[in-house]
Amino acid sequence: MDYLYYPGCSLEGTAKEYDISCRALFEALGDRLTEIPDWTCCGATAAQCVDPFLSVVLPARNLALAEKTDTGLDVLVPCSACYLNLKKARQDLWENNALRAQVNQVLAEDGLAVNASVRVRHLLDVLTRDGAVDRVAQLSENRMKGLVIAPYYGCQCLRPYVEFDDPEQPRSMDALIRATGADVLAWDMGAVCCGASTATTKPQVGKELVGRILDQAKTAHAVVTVCPMCQMNLERFQSRSVPVVYLPQFLGLALGESPESMGCGMNLSDIRPVLSRVAP
Amino acid sequence: MHLTDIREKLAARPDLTRQLAQVKEQVATCIQCGTCSSSCPNAGFMDMTPRRMWRAVLMDRVDMVFSSQTFMLCASCYVCTLRCPRGLPLTGAMAELKQVAFGLDLDRFRRSTLFYKAFMDNIRQYGRVRETELMARYFLAVKDPRVPMSYTGMGIKLMAKHKLHPHLPSRGPGRLAPLFDRAKQQER
Repeated sequence: MDYLYYPGCSLEGTAKEYDISCRALFEALGDRLTEIPDWTCCGATAAQCVDPFLSVVLPARNLALAEKTDTGLDVLVPCSACYLNLKKARQDLWENNALRAQVNQVLAEDGLAVNASVRVRHLLDVLTRDGAVDRVAQLSENRMKGLVIAPYYGCQCLRPYVEFDDPEQPRSMDALIRATGADVLAWDMGAVCCGASTATTKPQVGKELVGRILDQAKTAHAVVTVCPMCQMNLERFQSRSVPVVYLPQFLGLALGESPESMGCGMNLSDIRPVLSRVAP
Repeated sequence: MHLTDIREKLAARPDLTRQLAQVKEQVATCIQCGTCSSSCPNAGFMDMTPRRMWRAVLMDRVDMVFSSQTFMLCASCYVCTLRCPRGLPLTGAMAELKQVAFGLDLDRFRRSTLFYKAFMDNIRQYGRVRETELMARYFLAVKDPRVPMSYTGMGIKLMAKHKLHPHLPSRGPGRLAPLFDRAKQQER
């Protein structure tokens, strides 16, 4: 299938390997991603903390650009925070005509208009519900057999919008991981918060929360993530070495793609235990 | 912070007073069951539990609310919102308390205020966040060498992975300045 692609700012910087591996994975799966032309920041955590109106206008601009492509394609978002901002704006604009009119007066400045018709979907939603599991199973030849993987979902792809998984006991990654031949770690930290952006300004919070999560992942060979903020925190606050990889990196490797093509040199954690599994 | 200081500051800002009244309305049917507190991953770091915070909001104890760091520690994980038996939009209400606190420009939240200000300036200027310049601007604004020092280890790791991208700051009106200015007009 084809999708419009909204990478978001982190994927141009500290989460570059998430961007690289997303694009490479979808290519390997035979899907096409079209980057939304001229996209800008969704407002991140900052806009909703200082300016409620801009926190709608900023994502709305990107929704308008997606609609302008006139493709009718779903918007695929790999970053959970971007996903929530775009999705929330989409819902609020759809339900509130007065707000939409107000926002459109601002967007007119850029020659844009939004009608909130586009569907916003998280990467994990797309991977688990559009048939990727079967294709991964076919192509992976159980390459990851012997590995135990801890699926880490974080928060904002699961909550507050309950779209594709149980918001407290998520399971959607299980089938994808098993399709590679790997086993899934039975744990209950997959949907527990890593501290998100509070860990940026209050590192002691990140250290404690991440410590609790990684302690439960001791028997896993690696943790897989679907959010640049989670990835950053889980890699940054390690007291002992735990490999943390993005889900598309893991799936790409399972399909036989090279570590280079999945941006595997860019992770902050030591991911050799995963790479040794696929090295020739 | 004395009670009178915050009350005076609020009195001078009818927009923020109104917003605080909205928060109060949002949590009006709180039954003080404490599900939010027991669900919150950051409750252990808070000087006041979320349950107490909502009670303080309902009792108009603005002095308690804004001398606490509780809402600033909300990581927007949405577990309390999901579990609240009254279905209250608690995560959204926390965000609104942040907005009011930033609007009041209180000294105790100076660092976070500067961080988010640097963030918004970055978006206004470039459209997309340039992480490296954002942090540099934030460090300049805080004017406390201990802050950048505490990020040194992280910076070295990121540099080793070629993830720091110092751009030359560009001048000019800013990529999204027209949009930001128009939004400001619209809000009035």
